[in-house]
Amino acid sequence: MNSPHAATAESVAVLGAQTVSKAFGGVQALRGASLVLGAGEVHGLVGENGAGKSTLIKVLGGRIAPDSGTVLLDGQPVRLSGPADSTRRGIGTVFQELTLLPWMSVAENLLIGREPRFPLGLIRRGALAGEAEAVLAGLGIHHIDPRALAAEVSLAERQIIEIARVIIRKPRILLLDEPTSSLVEREVEWLFARIRELRSQGTSIVFTSHRWNEITSIADRITIFRNGKEVGTYTAIDETEAITLMTGRRVEAMYPPLPSVPANAPPALAVSDASLGGAATFGFSLAAGEILGIGGLAGQGHRELFTGLFGAPPLKRGTIRVDGKPIRIARPSDAIRAGLGIALVPEDRKGEGLLLPLPVRDNLTLPILGRISTFGVIRGGEEARMSREMISRLKIRTPSAAQPVGTLSGGNQQKVLVGRWLLAESRILLLYDVTRGVDVATKHEICELIARLAQEGKAILFYSSDTEELAHLCHRVLVLRGGRVAAELTPPALTAEAIVSAAIRDADAA
Amino acid sequence: MPMPRDPADLPKHGRRRPRAAHIVGQNIGLILAVTILFLSIVIFAGMFLVQQDRLPGSFEITSTVNNTMPLALAAIGQTIVVLTRGIDLSVGGVIDLTNALAAIFLPGSVLHMIIVSILIIVAGGLAGLVNGLIVGLGRLQPIVVTLATLSIFQGLAIRVLPQPGGSVPTGYTEFLVNTSGPTALLFLGLAALGWMVLRRSRLGVDLFAVGNDEPAAIALGVRAMRTKILAYTIGGMLYAVAGLFLAANATGGDATTGDDYTLTSIVAVVLGGVNLFGGRGSAVGAICGAFITTMIVNILFFAHINPLYQSFYEGLFLVIAVVFGGLIGRLVRRGS
Ligand SMILES: Nc1ncnc2c1ncn2[C@@H]1O[C@H](COP(=O)(O)OP(=O)(O)O)[C@@H](O)[C@H]1O
Ligand SMILES: [Mg+2]
Repeated sequence: MNSPHAATAESVAVLGAQTVSKAFGGVQALRGASLVLGAGEVHGLVGENGAGKSTLIKVLGGRIAPDSGTVLLDGQPVRLSGPADSTRRGIGTVFQELTLLPWMSVAENLLIGREPRFPLGLIRRGALAGEAEAVLAGLGIHHIDPRALAAEVSLAERQIIEIARVIIRKPRILLLDEPTSSLVEREVEWLFARIRELRSQGTSIVFTSHRWNEITSIADRITIFRNGKEVGTYTAIDETEAITLMTGRRVEAMYPPLPSVPANAPPALAVSDASLGGAATFGFSLAAGEILGIGGLAGQGHRELFTGLFGAPPLKRGTIRVDGKPIRIARPSDAIRAGLGIALVPEDRKGEGLLLPLPVRDNLTLPILGRISTFGVIRGGEEARMSREMISRLKIRTPSAAQPVGTLSGGNQQKVLVGRWLLAESRILLLYDVTRGVDVATKHEICELIARLAQEGKAILFYSSDTEELAHLCHRVLVLRGGRVAAELTPPALTAEAIVSAAIRDADAA
Repeated sequence: MPMPRDPADLPKHGRRRPRAAHIVGQNIGLILAVTILFLSIVIFAGMFLVQQDRLPGSFEITSTVNNTMPLALAAIGQTIVVLTRGIDLSVGGVIDLTNALAAIFLPGSVLHMIIVSILIIVAGGLAGLVNGLIVGLGRLQPIVVTLATLSIFQGLAIRVLPQPGGSVPTGYTEFLVNTSGPTALLFLGLAALGWMVLRRSRLGVDLFAVGNDEPAAIALGVRAMRTKILAYTIGGMLYAVAGLFLAANATGGDATTGDDYTLTSIVAVVLGGVNLFGGRGSAVGAICGAFITTMIVNILFFAHINPLYQSFYEGLFLVIAVVFGGLIGRLVRRGS
């Protein structure tokens, strides 16, 4: 973080916001916020969901006009008339909501506005794909088919195209709003390599992310936002202090102390001879009250393991024992009957699991409707009571139980999923990357909740794309590689570095 | 701390589907339209052969083409509006109005006819501009706006030509809809060429962008409002040309003759594989859709279906086309 760039950053400001305010209807998104972006620096912007980061980036990107306050470009006040205007002035923006056009090809999206043309100015449609292929290859992207429709490629690929589209316009100032929320590690590394390259060429960059490790590994300076305004700008700050500043509440530590696992607790879940596709097999057992982490390089089949245990779809091979008895899990209803519940972050935060337009209440009680119904009619009073209790127990932030779940923040949607399985009396929770894309304050709450659930005797299988979280929140971590358990780490050997180095060793061996 | 970097960064290779697969997948609506058109022509030719002991000849082809011209032009205009995720119900009114104007003002010298034709197209463009301005600046629902202007344009048409009548010079008719051969196909060729140019212009990209995702298009610097206004304006001009062709066909004017085109232009657009939710479709598809609509009428005629039931069958085919098109589209996407 104390890179040489930080020193120059103070001296030359290329882009700034001065006491900018913006309201949407009754919501005051920005309240006199300021930000100074130095020449050639990477400026991290962090804050809870709703702190106003995206609104500020939209103001700087010319997408919305502030109610009051000024935008300064090279020290001069400017009025950005629209996205095209800010692009012309050398500001490139990747907005948080992707702006790809779904029914147009990757190439058309990438090159929009700068397509190859005939002498008279007509677009050479036949040359689009070839040009896009070359442009993408120049950025180290080879795996995306430029002829495919944007709607046909994965969310991560869409995000990469979006970033590429902005970078190839060679902006002087690059604004990136949560560009990594749908990327896996190697893709994040790709982006960071591009960011470092651009920084070395003098580009000034604003970068927002909910993953603290990303911020500390790429940002020269960090500005913390709370409640529509900056709290301060720092060159070095540790995570707990940052969280305290973001939330305005004193946070002792990001991760709660772990309850101890009762000695010789019987295994609640045991898996043997499991295969994630290849010939290699592995097994593990998980005790009641234990949090067992699963680590390893991305793409090692973690997700398949979690969905496999839930029967959606079932594991290709393997024996599953619950409380010592072998069971067959062919579909989710088998898993639910056996006491398993799953919460995972779907790739696009929609679908899988939650019925977004329906109220929190209905989403919570979905699997237990049979239990709380008489002759098929739901006992409304009981349903209301159960969901109210769960909302307060899990600290789900919602105006009421009748709120459509789709309007909650990502972290609170996760809590609803967990709450559903608690109501269903699941004793084994499969938590797959539940804190992904969740702001730090809510993440802190979720971590505390997980520790509390373990204390209550739930058996928890846990995967996170954040290695730090695996190291701190788990009693034990299994590092998977090539379909085998490559390392089993327990304290004091259980550290983020140890998980990573186990994975590196494996990667080298592979 | 982040997971270790894969030494290879992003994958060095990725799945590339064959070009043909992309072309088929991305033009499935058009391919379907061409197929249906082909089938309907075969069925029609078969019925004709059975009942007339010969295949349809130059006369039948010429009259089919001439009868379809107004619809084809209206459907192209409708396509351009639908591409922006809009819809234009005022088609019928604009055709009524321009048809009435043509019947009254066209007779005269060649130069006079040229000038009047241009002015009528401008009038159609102005009608479209009104739609576009209300939809664009007022941020109102296109369906409501154009339903209202439909009535207004119909009213104006009646004012211009209270009784069917007026006249269109024979030379004018022969130029647009030559009865001795399907020369009107030339105009369709021109329209298709115009479409290809539009597709390769900034405006064309903007039309598709706005229909794909308007907020995203705006974030990309597309002037969405201007694009929509232009779409309705170009639409209006094309309906005016349709009105001229209709007048040339009938060698006279009628202030209600265009009314059907509101519905049939939408039928043709859907049959032509243009997505009603915007952002997908082509004028070539719309032209096919127009011809399919005519062929359906022809087939119903030869099947001795009471003309009173014609709109019943048109509606039925529309529903089938929408359901079938959606199914095929989904299958193709799943298979990919
Ligand atoms: N277009 C909008 N309409 C209404 N409210 C909005 C809109 N955009 C943002 N907000 C509100 O403004 C606040 C700040 O949002 P945002 O800038 O997206 O925060 P962040 O990016 O830090 O999570 C939130 O309370 C959000 O609900
Ligand atoms: Mg945001």
